[in-house]
Amino acid sequence: MDWQAIALSLRLATVTTAILLLVGLPIAYWLTFSPRRWKFLVEAVVALPLVLPPTVLGFYVLIAIGPRSPIGALYSRLTGGLLPFSFEGLLLASVLYSLPFMVQPVAAAFAAVDRKFLEASWCLGIAPGATFRRVLVPLALPGIATGAILSFAHTLGEFGVVLMVGGNIAGVTRTVSISIYDQVQSLDYAAASETSLFLLAVSFLVLALTYALQRRILSVWPAN
Amino acid sequence: MSCSTRHPAKLTVAAAADLNFAMEEVARQYRATHPDVELAIAYGSSGNFHAQIRNGAPFDIFLSADIDYARRLATSPADVFPYAEGRIVVWVPGGSPLDPATALRAPTLRRLAIANPDHAPYGRAALTALRGMGLYDTLRPKLVLGENIAQTFQFVQSGAADAGIVALSLALAPKAKGTGVYWEIPHSLYPRLEQGGLILKDSPAARDFRALLLSGAGRGILERYGFALPAAAAGGY
Repeated sequence: MDWQAIALSLRLATVTTAILLLVGLPIAYWLTFSPRRWKFLVEAVVALPLVLPPTVLGFYVLIAIGPRSPIGALYSRLTGGLLPFSFEGLLLASVLYSLPFMVQPVAAAFAAVDRKFLEASWCLGIAPGATFRRVLVPLALPGIATGAILSFAHTLGEFGVVLMVGGNIAGVTRTVSISIYDQVQSLDYAAASETSLFLLAVSFLVLALTYALQRRILSVWPAN
Repeated sequence: MSCSTRHPAKLTVAAAADLNFAMEEVARQYRATHPDVELAIAYGSSGNFHAQIRNGAPFDIFLSADIDYARRLATSPADVFPYAEGRIVVWVPGGSPLDPATALRAPTLRRLAIANPDHAPYGRAALTALRGMGLYDTLRPKLVLGENIAQTFQFVQSGAADAGIVALSLALAPKAKGTGVYWEIPHSLYPRLEQGGLILKDSPAARDFRALLLSGAGRGILERYGFALPAAAAGGY
């Protein structure tokens, strides 16, 4: 089994989930509570990775971060490095690719929180930022956990985007799904099924955990 | 009631990615002489096709980039027909300051794209050539691997990699002409890239396709698109 690829995928999924928690929660908050009429446009953009083939996303990301694009050129000037075929480039693509998996469950959880709690907090003079941290987030925790788990699992299983922008460098961009693909291509079907089985088991565990959380079999907050 | 109307025959060809452009022209000639045959060509990686065919994919003909994959699927080795040999070139996009003949030694080269040597024959050839030139150790940290030779070419064309070792057939493709410059790597530096085909489901339509590919006209097309011709393909069929 290709442990290096498994370790890389776990690292990519962890960092992607962490970034998505930072980015996704404010977006979900804005989508839930903003009075703007055009927010459906933002909702559509956030949901695009759900319907776009990963090849489209990967193709655009590769061009967008290449040295001929403004983003790629700026990154190159700032860091001296190149975004395509790097872990950072892969991370950027993964964050975009998994964005709806974080934002949608969190936005749904925010919307399900009883407005009375939030209004009570505001009326008691608690600032919106503190209300967000101390009232909204704790009440929406199961939804946030679902978003985090789904983002993690989705990144772990990412294939098309990585294939398009990764360049298959061992330890840098060769994720577990690419490794399995390589094993099939090299006609090494035994190794491919071994790694596939591992990924299947991990994915099942992650999804089982998600549904257990949703049914609140496992409580994510301490009982009192 | 008799069933006298002849159903149009169907012919599905699984072709290696490097055949992409040459095969369109072969197909055009085939369709002209066989209007009753519905010809479909799927392009992809030979390794993928191997796995799919082993698991019952309904292809009539398999044109592999690696003759070995065709041999593994054949019941008898005599069924495999060599049809072409691939060549490799160093390709850099137009406007790049790199010269393809010296790009591999240039210190400004940051990323070199090659096909994955673990399974793509063009990748293996590229690796052997780099070793033969004594450049493998310096270039190893700069290598990015394409899934097949067409993707490797796309990595360079998009500018994401500075240079690439790709198939001559892609460098000569109509869509690539004028977008870059290439330098042909001397044949002595890499093993022969023998490409071989196999009829998976025998039919007159399939045999005609093989005959066209191995005929003077077929060989002419392949040669124009940057393939060398295998000596063994001259007779037999």
